[in-house]
Amino acid sequence: MLGELEGTVVFRELLALFPTSWLERISSHPSSEAAEKTVTMSGFKLTSGSGRFERDANVQSSASGEPIRHTQRPMVTGSSVIAMRCVDGVVIGADTLASYGSMARFRKISRLHKATDMCVVGAGGDLSDFQQLTTMVDKETNRDYCFNDGHGLSPKAIHQYVARVMYNRRNKMDPLWNYVVIAGMQNGDDGEEAKPVLGLVDLVGTHFESEVIATGFGEYLGLPLLRKAYREDITVAEGKKVVEQIMKVLFYRDARTIDRVQIATVTKDGVDMGEPFKLETEWSYKAFVDGARAGDMSTW
Amino acid sequence: MASIGTGYDLSSTTFSPDGRVFQVEYAAKAVENSGTCVGLRCTDGVVLAVEKAVISKMLVQGTLRRSHIVARHATLTVCGLISDGRVIVDHARAEAEQYKDFYGRPIPGHVLADRIAHFVHVYTLHWHVRPFGCAVLLGVADVDGPQLYLIEPSGLSYRYYACAFGKAKAAARTELEKLKLNGSDGKALISCDEGVKELAKILVKVHDESKDKDTELEMITVTDGKDGGAKLVPRKVVEEAHAAAKAFLEADDMED
Amino acid sequence: MFRNQYDTDITTYSPQGRLHQVEYAMEAVKQGSAVVGLRSNTHVVMATLKRSASELASHQKKLSVIDDHIGVAIAGLTADARVLSRFMRTECLNHKYVYEEPLALSRLALSVADKCQVSTQRASKRPYGVGLLIAGYDQTGPHLFQTCPSGNYYEYMAMAIGSRSQGAKTYLERTFEQYKDCSLEELTKHAVIALRETVSSSKDTELTSENTAVSIVGKGTKFTIYEDDEVKPYLAAIESDDTEPAADAPPADSTAMTDA
Repeated sequence: MLGELEGTVVFRELLALFPTSWLERISSHPSSEAAEKTVTMSGFKLTSGSGRFERDANVQSSASGEPIRHTQRPMVTGSSVIAMRCVDGVVIGADTLASYGSMARFRKISRLHKATDMCVVGAGGDLSDFQQLTTMVDKETNRDYCFNDGHGLSPKAIHQYVARVMYNRRNKMDPLWNYVVIAGMQNGDDGEEAKPVLGLVDLVGTHFESEVIATGFGEYLGLPLLRKAYREDITVAEGKKVVEQIMKVLFYRDARTIDRVQIATVTKDGVDMGEPFKLETEWSYKAFVDGARAGDMSTW
Repeated sequence: MASIGTGYDLSSTTFSPDGRVFQVEYAAKAVENSGTCVGLRCTDGVVLAVEKAVISKMLVQGTLRRSHIVARHATLTVCGLISDGRVIVDHARAEAEQYKDFYGRPIPGHVLADRIAHFVHVYTLHWHVRPFGCAVLLGVADVDGPQLYLIEPSGLSYRYYACAFGKAKAAARTELEKLKLNGSDGKALISCDEGVKELAKILVKVHDESKDKDTELEMITVTDGKDGGAKLVPRKVVEEAHAAAKAFLEADDMED
Repeated sequence: MFRNQYDTDITTYSPQGRLHQVEYAMEAVKQGSAVVGLRSNTHVVMATLKRSASELASHQKKLSVIDDHIGVAIAGLTADARVLSRFMRTECLNHKYVYEEPLALSRLALSVADKCQVSTQRASKRPYGVGLLIAGYDQTGPHLFQTCPSGNYYEYMAMAIGSRSQGAKTYLERTFEQYKDCSLEELTKHAVIALRETVSSSKDTELTSENTAVSIVGKGTKFTIYEDDEVKPYLAAIESDDTEPAADAPPADSTAMTDA
């Protein structure tokens, strides 16, 4: 019986389904031909007569006998998130493209999520992992809604929560493949004025707060521009323009982006998710027509 | 009571010779000692109301909650042992969350009522646990319209237009039957705002002055639609409805 | 004295729908020495009366720290209280680990009450024979909670539990409305006076620095316990202006397991 299936995909899947003890029983059964000779199948070495698999019990392994490896790379991905903490709130922007490899697969998705009335979560990286993460955050906020006791998750609490989730998953060698940006207004203790907060968590659980944050391609091209534009007294209105400008620069140079962007803001009045809009682009710049520098021989 | 001292009434896993499970009936007794709960299916949602005895004037207002939010579209009021009720609430929330996780939409009222009833019923089947000493009223407002369910300690669950449970359930049910609840098409006639006032009147009317002196009302609504959701009725609104109901009934008494 | 066939098992209802085992567990709370708690708009103060088993024994602690912002006072079985205290500390620690924020008082009281409820519904368990006053300060201000073996929990402006707590309760009920705007000094004074009500009825006891402990938590103040020498100023404060309050008619005791 085993012989017929041996090496087939079905057989490999069956192996994965059954507890090891079952396999021992099958293979040590007198009528089992497989037990009578030494065969190697699907990564298990079956020794004649012993009816045992030689396998290191300490290594969690897949049906193929190799150690289990989870997400090796992201599949459907988003690229840049650009965010700036301003004096009166936070600005966070992202394009609306989800790529499948080099293919512009989904052109009108949102990579920003309204977590609470005072917090937006945005992400680059794997889109379905981000959807999973927002589901988890929504469960947390839903629980607060049910308790109805005046306590809710603050942006800092969400930041820490996401960090714990990401670090936990990375320790299981099964990360959520995202760079997550958390933007919000944090209520001060004892009626102090709410303060803007901006934080990042990456797929290994590194987390920090910063006045400017950029992910994906934006980390290379956008971050220097953000730093250049940042002032301690910059307002949300100005910050919005900066983020839009940077999204435009990214569109000119990043191959995994699109000219539709969404820019959300969080101020003391709450979250404004902003409608996605099309960037106005200008392709007649000399650098685009003639190349970036004089004597640049590239044909881009 | 004929059951007492027979030895057939000590466990919920024992049937009496005439086919009754006394422990479940005794659990229902615990509910009957509770402050009266009433529920009403309205045009735009469901109102649940409960009368609470104020056991101390030093209590912070709103403590000892008996009305709970299960999900954005579901509310629940506990009639009976409050601490037992919280276990049911926890379970109901878990069911709602699990359903949303799996099917991607809010749990339908009949599924939620069914799952809660199932959970409650299991506690009547095993010797090592006791049945819940509480009944729960469940209000749901979703795409199927407003729905009201009552789940009893036995695990029985029915859907109602209006229902009452607890201390004065018989009197309260009589009062509910006097209301014109439905049109000829079976649709509800009373809105949630009116429902709050009607339920306040009923709770005041069936209130037993000789047993409980100081009482307060607690109400919760759930409505469908854009601004919908499960919400505790604000204290001010409840107190106004309570005062209005008292005034109305006093005027009524004067006429008699 | 109470015996009937329905009172030996936690999973058995009496024909009246009562749970005698739970009611008996509530009695254990009344055996413990008294604890008092009260709050203003900014602080929560608790005062406790410690007992010692003999002249050679130390006094049994009644107050313990749960987190920077939360502490409890216990009345009833001390060993049971330690189980619940450890549970509460774990809850606070886990919450801080996941959210980097202190746990809200109402959530903590709820989870303790839920834990108490579980042991009122299983044949393999007995209810916790301890009542707790949980005091703390969180984002929504100062709070004082009481939990019971029955799994009920209440938020109070002021409360006293434990043996002979009725006297203290009477004092609190008469004066609690003025606590709101009290200074911390006045608040602690009220707490100690209320606690004295629980010993004044017995001739041979009085509040001393050995048997009294006071705790304070509030805005900008971590939960702090004052005992031995540190409690002396609080005792001195009530002796200096002795306002012996006349005992009013005691209202009915109302912590029974009945709902509502």
